[in-house]
Amino acid sequence: MSLLEVKDLKVAYGHIEALKGISLSVEEGEVVAILGANGAGKTTFMRSLSGLLKPRSGTIQYDGHDIGKARADAIVGLGIAQSPEGRRVFGTLTVEENLMLGAYTRSRPEALETRKQVYELFPRLLERKAQMAGTLSGGEQQMLAIGRALMAKPRLLLLDEPSLGLAPIIVKGIFSALRDIRASGVTILVVEQNARMALKLADRGYVLEVGRIVHEDSAKALMASPEVQEAYLGKGH
Amino acid sequence: MEIFFQQLANGLTVGSIYALIALGYTMVYGILKLINFAHGDLAVLGAFIGLTVITSLTGAGAAPSHWVVILAFVVAVLVVAIAGVLLELTAYRPLRHAHRLSAVVSALGASMLLENGIMLIWSPQTLTFPEGILPSTNYVIGGVVLNSTQILIVAISFLLMLALYLYVNKTRFGTAIRASAIDQDAARLMGINVNRVIVSVFILGPALGAIGGLFIGIYYRQAVFDMGWIYGLNAFIAAIIGGIGNIPGAMLGGLLLGLFNSLAGGYISSTWQEAITFALLILILLVRPTGILGERVAEKV
Repeated sequence: MSLLEVKDLKVAYGHIEALKGISLSVEEGEVVAILGANGAGKTTFMRSLSGLLKPRSGTIQYDGHDIGKARADAIVGLGIAQSPEGRRVFGTLTVEENLMLGAYTRSRPEALETRKQVYELFPRLLERKAQMAGTLSGGEQQMLAIGRALMAKPRLLLLDEPSLGLAPIIVKGIFSALRDIRASGVTILVVEQNARMALKLADRGYVLEVGRIVHEDSAKALMASPEVQEAYLGKGH
Repeated sequence: MEIFFQQLANGLTVGSIYALIALGYTMVYGILKLINFAHGDLAVLGAFIGLTVITSLTGAGAAPSHWVVILAFVVAVLVVAIAGVLLELTAYRPLRHAHRLSAVVSALGASMLLENGIMLIWSPQTLTFPEGILPSTNYVIGGVVLNSTQILIVAISFLLMLALYLYVNKTRFGTAIRASAIDQDAARLMGINVNRVIVSVFILGPALGAIGGLFIGIYYRQAVFDMGWIYGLNAFIAAIIGGIGNIPGAMLGGLLLGLFNSLAGGYISSTWQEAITFALLILILLVRPTGILGERVAEKV
């Protein structure tokens, strides 16, 4: 059985249907990328997985639980953590307070243990641990958002646009950290506009267009597909 | 100079009461971006409940015992905290996703309900608090009269504020309160039950307000059902002066407003005191719209 199994998920804002029946699955240990342009429904999908949006119909099965109707804070306790779009760090709290909040559902000794690992992964956060998160650079805030999600010690890590608004060199650094996270055995579902970076990291990928999945294949095959190259990778690069 | 220090002492007393009540406004605003207009009336409810406990357990003419006074504070805090939670569950939570104005109207309605409820249960008349609820010895220091009731009110208020400050800044749940005030959705993604945080704020704020209300009754030795309006307004102004949503700001704003009111009443005119208070509010909003301690860190997007 898959770790995450989504079937015919429909989500609407009032009369506007943002997701028109999404089905996908993520196996334990896999990295799965969801590609799509602005407005394709990527963030809506991520917010439904974490319980911030309630689906109109369809099911979300995670590790045997039906989480489609569960509260967001209860879903975290089941082992799903999200680094949200736009990072959403708590700007007036310190880096360390942000991290500790990530481990809100866990005991303090467990949290301190994970915090050590997060600081090893992102030494920059250790240097700036007493600083308010709002004073960090964009790249550092992204590290903090990912580190904060890792503090929950998730089995499934949801990453919404980790490269958004960051310089290419910073994006490289972030994705190299993601490879380390993947090597530690965490299952990752990543949503990205930067298709090239996402497909290099992922095992499999889905392409989302206006609320529907239009392609589904291995990352290699998607990389090679002329349609994906045309729409998301840009020819000649 | 003696008048100055005398007004300073009086201002500090009133100011610490304003600060206690202002904390309730600012905490609720911090999380819900809502002015809980019923908060002043909750504080007054505390004064009436405390008075009832004291008078019903104390013989006529006798001074209330320590235990009765402590019990009065405990009962007032408990009842008002429960009233605060009921207020959140019935008047505010059903409107969480409604238009902002709906919640404001609901808050005003709750205020009127409480005010008239207090009038019906107790009395439309001004009720007198008995003497000697808190020890009342006068100390004369350099011509300035300091009353032990004043000293106790200031000391207890400061201790309560220190405790709240430490709770909000040093504990795990306190950090969850601050996180929920910054970004509720992000707080949910941390596993924080934001509804529980909101309920806790409707326990803490009204509990402190109840103590503030009871202090008003004890200090001025009287309570009337509609005094929540003027004390609530002053505490609300104090919260804005300090920077609404900011907890140390409410403490600072309360003390400053108390001192300012007292000095303005002593030196300028006590009839114009309220007008002067509003002039101060307008001035602060013109010079520093976010209040003294509001928005210290620019948030990056």
